[in-house]
Amino acid sequence: MNSKVFVEVTAKHDIYGNVRPLTIKWEDGRVFEVDRLIDVRQAASLKGGGVGIRYTCNIMGKQVYLYDDEGKWFMERK
Amino acid sequence: MGGEFIMRRTILHVDLNNYYASVECLYRPEIRDKPVIVCGDAEARHGIILAKNYIAKNLGVKTGEAIWEAKQKCPSLVLVRADFQKYLRFSRLAREIYADYSDKIEPYGIDEGWIDVTGTEQIFGTGQDIANQIRQRLRDELGLTGSVGVSWNKIFAKLGSDLKKPDATTVITADNFHEKVWPLPVGELLYVGRSIKRKLQNRAIYTIGDLAKRDISDLKLLLGVWGETLWHFANGFDAATVRLTGESSIIKSIGNSTTTPRDLVNNQDVKLIIYVLAESVAARLRKHGFKCKTVSISVRGNDLMSFERQGKLSDPTFLSNDIANKAMELFKANYRWDNPIRSLGVRGSDLVTADTHVQLDLFDNSNLDAEILAGTVDMLHKRFGHYSVQRCAMLLDRHLTGFNPEQDHIIHPISYFK
Repeated sequence: MNSKVFVEVTAKHDIYGNVRPLTIKWEDGRVFEVDRLIDVRQAASLKGGGVGIRYTCNIMGKQVYLYDDEGKWFMERK
Repeated sequence: MGGEFIMRRTILHVDLNNYYASVECLYRPEIRDKPVIVCGDAEARHGIILAKNYIAKNLGVKTGEAIWEAKQKCPSLVLVRADFQKYLRFSRLAREIYADYSDKIEPYGIDEGWIDVTGTEQIFGTGQDIANQIRQRLRDELGLTGSVGVSWNKIFAKLGSDLKKPDATTVITADNFHEKVWPLPVGELLYVGRSIKRKLQNRAIYTIGDLAKRDISDLKLLLGVWGETLWHFANGFDAATVRLTGESSIIKSIGNSTTTPRDLVNNQDVKLIIYVLAESVAARLRKHGFKCKTVSISVRGNDLMSFERQGKLSDPTFLSNDIANKAMELFKANYRWDNPIRSLGVRGSDLVTADTHVQLDLFDNSNLDAEILAGTVDMLHKRFGHYSVQRCAMLLDRHLTGFNPEQDHIIHPISYFK
């Protein structure tokens, strides 16, 4: 199974150009809130296949990676 | 040379391993453990192998081979069409990483480049430390591996990056270059190509060490100025600087080349292609406000052997007719039609600014009118598209001439000597 999952994201863009993802919509339609943003950096996703700005998020007590690949957001399937 | 008194430079040369194939494999995890090749458009006869991953390499697949040759060696080959936008993006991202360490970054092609990190020891550590940091970041941030050579000159830095692959750092210092560089075959040295290598081997110069130990005046007799240059390279005396970022954008020549949809078999075919290329070269010269004083052509037969010839023009020009005529003259004087031709290139160099003062001819100044006409044609192209105004000859074989070289991507290393 393809481990790259494109997701819909609502995010806050502040006036300094910072981006903070607020919620993500998983492929089955469930919407999850990003409880905490832990880290932001440029990174490659070897598992999903791609690169982008990687947001390390805490969602429902779990740490997950959310990638912004030039406007297309994706996550890695577990 | 008084080397002790000159501050030793620290220069890195980064070479991204199997660049195109690595980028494609990053995007498609499912093909990472399969033999992968990246190739051009097979139907337009650009179907040669541009890059391969290590698995394909171990099966004997070589860059530049035709796809069918590679498939014979390895039927399970995964073919990926080249996506240059993607490669340019990763190239830019890699340069952004280098830019954290120095402002002296000189790209050499899309996947290689020199970085001069002299004087940053207090901030980032030794050349080797920086090389390792850069490799780590390439892995983490781009998912690519790179080989890095560290030395005090650009030539040895480049050699170093070729010594150990993939994902490795090689340091060549004044203390170890006798053991590390000198035993290498002389062909490994930058700018020792097929013909120079043959000349050197005729004089029993097989390794870089052999070259370095030769008397410089002997080499000068054998190879001219090149002999001196290569001797300096081999001894680590190369003092070429790494250019500042952005400095390299000064245009030294303008050229276009193409692999044609079918092999060219006679002068008429060649003439058509040369006109297409000359039109594009001339249009680009005009766009940048240059005229060229020298025209060169490159020809590659279907045996894949290629050569280049150049000739001076009597007056600087940006007219396609002048360029095409010179190119055709060079071609006729140098090609004997032993083989059909696979690809052709036309290039204008020795550039001068277009508004430079010229000596007018006493009687014939028809070029002045032609220049105004060319400007008008440029305007028509801009307003109504590339195919709105064309040479009549283009209609002789639309299949052959139906391409716009200006929109073709052109990615190849620029000359080391600027």
